[in-house]
Amino acid sequence: MLNTLEDLQQLSKRCELHRNRHQSRIAVCAGGGCSASGAQQVYESIRAELERRDLLNTVDQTFSEDACSGITPLGTGCQGFCEKGPLVRLEPSGTLYTEVSTDDAEAIVDSLLSGTPVSRLLYLDPTEKRSYEKEASIPFYKLQSRITLRNCGSIAPDDIREYLAKGGYQGWANALERTPDRVVQEVLDSNLRGRGGGGFPAGKKWSIAAGTDAEQKYLICNADEGDPGAFMDRSLMEGDPHRLLEGMLIAGYGIGATVGYIYVRAEYPLAVDRLRHAIEEAESLGLLGTDILGSGFSFSLRIKEGAGAFVCGEESALIASIEGRRGMPKPKPPFPAVSGLFNMPTVINNVETLANIPDILQHGSAWFRSLGSSASPGTKTFALSGDVENTGLVEIPMGTTLRELVYAIGGGVRSNADFKAVQIGGPSGGCLTAEHLDLPLDFDSLQSAGAMIGSGGLVVMDEATCIVEVARFFMNFTQLESCGKCVPCREGTRRMLEILQKIVEGRGTTEDLDHLEEIGSAVRIGSLCGLGKTAPNPVLSTLQYFRDEYLSHVVDRRCPSGVCKGLRRFVINEPLCKGCSRCAKACPVDAISGTIREPYLIDQDKCIKCGACKDVCNFDAVEEVA
Amino acid sequence: MLQTTANRQLDILQRLDNLVQRYGKHSSTLIPMLQEIQNAYRYLPEDLLTHVATALDLSPATVYGVATFYAQFSLEPKGKYVIQVCDGTACHVRGSMPVYEAICKKVRLVDGKATTEDGMFTVETVSCVGACAAAPVVTINGEVYGKVTPDAIHVILDTLESRGDTADA
Repeated sequence: MLNTLEDLQQLSKRCELHRNRHQSRIAVCAGGGCSASGAQQVYESIRAELERRDLLNTVDQTFSEDACSGITPLGTGCQGFCEKGPLVRLEPSGTLYTEVSTDDAEAIVDSLLSGTPVSRLLYLDPTEKRSYEKEASIPFYKLQSRITLRNCGSIAPDDIREYLAKGGYQGWANALERTPDRVVQEVLDSNLRGRGGGGFPAGKKWSIAAGTDAEQKYLICNADEGDPGAFMDRSLMEGDPHRLLEGMLIAGYGIGATVGYIYVRAEYPLAVDRLRHAIEEAESLGLLGTDILGSGFSFSLRIKEGAGAFVCGEESALIASIEGRRGMPKPKPPFPAVSGLFNMPTVINNVETLANIPDILQHGSAWFRSLGSSASPGTKTFALSGDVENTGLVEIPMGTTLRELVYAIGGGVRSNADFKAVQIGGPSGGCLTAEHLDLPLDFDSLQSAGAMIGSGGLVVMDEATCIVEVARFFMNFTQLESCGKCVPCREGTRRMLEILQKIVEGRGTTEDLDHLEEIGSAVRIGSLCGLGKTAPNPVLSTLQYFRDEYLSHVVDRRCPSGVCKGLRRFVINEPLCKGCSRCAKACPVDAISGTIREPYLIDQDKCIKCGACKDVCNFDAVEEVA
Repeated sequence: MLQTTANRQLDILQRLDNLVQRYGKHSSTLIPMLQEIQNAYRYLPEDLLTHVATALDLSPATVYGVATFYAQFSLEPKGKYVIQVCDGTACHVRGSMPVYEAICKKVRLVDGKATTEDGMFTVETVSCVGACAAAPVVTINGEVYGKVTPDAIHVILDTLESRGDTADA
């Protein structure tokens, strides 16, 4: 139990000392991507190998007083380079092994002992045809600035001593030496903007809540990362949960809240487990609870699991959900900072925003402002996915260009295909084209291009992607997730989806495009909350930048990428057809006719374009034409 | 069999009671209670919904309203294996729909139903499970499978089917 700041400093020093004493570690990434490709088994095999050779050292032993030798295997949070998972990193050398399997355990342990890397497991750059030994030298990592993700992938996330050894809770120690006002001022000075989408200055929210008198104030961490294509917050919570707890402690102290909630998606069970465990650890050390470190400040944390509603990422809907009601937004003002949860002043910050707080308090606002661009200081994490060579989790300074992110870090478009677009900001964001590649990624530049940084999901699309289908996909998502409270969003998204459906099925007209624009602007202006206000963005931005592609669908009745089923045509290539009648039997609408051993014919009027004929043909005689 | 069902009922009532004691007789306890039931039964049986309403002094309509608002809750029993096909953006552009169709075909789901008649499989799409780098992703009772192809799904499902061939729900 820690009773004073002095106690905390002593424990931290001891943890650091112990951790430095045992530097031989094998860090196996157990993040979402690597787990899906078998990281757990890899971890088990390495652990078993160490045990077999009597070299096994556990994390617990690392922090014991008795000196012990050996190698510590770690199951860490996301190391970032998900494309090449399962990943294994050796410490202290920093050697990174990619696409590791359970058969590699022996070779990996050998290499740590001998210092000679296993060359077949090193990352091989496909364009440069050279392999890299050290993680830090790989282009994917070299160009990043990992600040909030610094510990993610290098510490054991389920042991608070690991975090303390890495300078954890030092921001909190610094905060406690100041008045709450000075803490809020430091965050205001840093100009940290909300990483959840809007980019509203976090310090402003804090100072409004701090300046409102109330018997009870609340702090909520919005961990309802619902944007499809985003996994930054998940990785942070799973890989470095104490960073979030520390950020919340500081925020609670600054605004005068004694109770904090973490609202996590139910789809993230591991994040929930890790946070629960971290809260227990912090409680047992006295970093959460009453009179923390003798400061007189009390703070407790509770976890609320979401129940699967995207709209609950909106502040007032999230509050309704915690209160046990249907997650429907309320008109603002009053803003939550004035009257929020149970009608008390409430600050809601996103995971990444709070994860930046410990460093701001530890290193100062001036340090933070030296990162990124002047109007958007700091770094931003992005979840890079889609048709890009190096999918994964990255953190870059704000203001880095899209080109650097997609090409230098992301390794370019998969299989050397042509770049078509990136979708950024999820269902609230927009599509950017090749002409935007030199756009700096920050809040204001993206807003002016009709997109938004959103939470940071970034999906790369190549020429084989149909932009109209993507717009329909997002509209389908927002339509399903619209809570139904206000008419523009409820009805508008439905009508827009119907029109888009019509277009991808090949029944669209040019007037439909005008209608999309008209309804889209009405939904944007008239909706109650951010979900509705931004729902038309994917459609309006693609109509602006890819109008030709929409026109091909409605005028020429063709889908240039050949994706839209309703616009494809199946024909039989007569010289290849053996007249076996298989296709005719498979056709659910009897659109195919012919005589045995003679070429068959598809009646285009009857055909429903299901493709069953193509699937069954043994002679590749059925061809699909765009 | 009867015995175990009754035990399960007693057990869940006990757990619901504990939640009320821990968080108070307050509407904010409603969602955690529904989650407890959903976890135990894989759906929300009607009699338990009424029980929850009484326990929290809420109208059954309020409870029903919340139960139908959130995607996590189901009023119909789900299958022994719940297969969730991620249809987030990354999975969508990397081909989640052909995978979904292959699964429906494989477990013989027709007419837009979500659960097979024998109660073995429920197949649904979810918006994002946050494993985008491994797209397309499928989860089966929470276990994550990455980079799934329509062919791979046959192997996965055959393994499941051989593991337990009856629905014990």
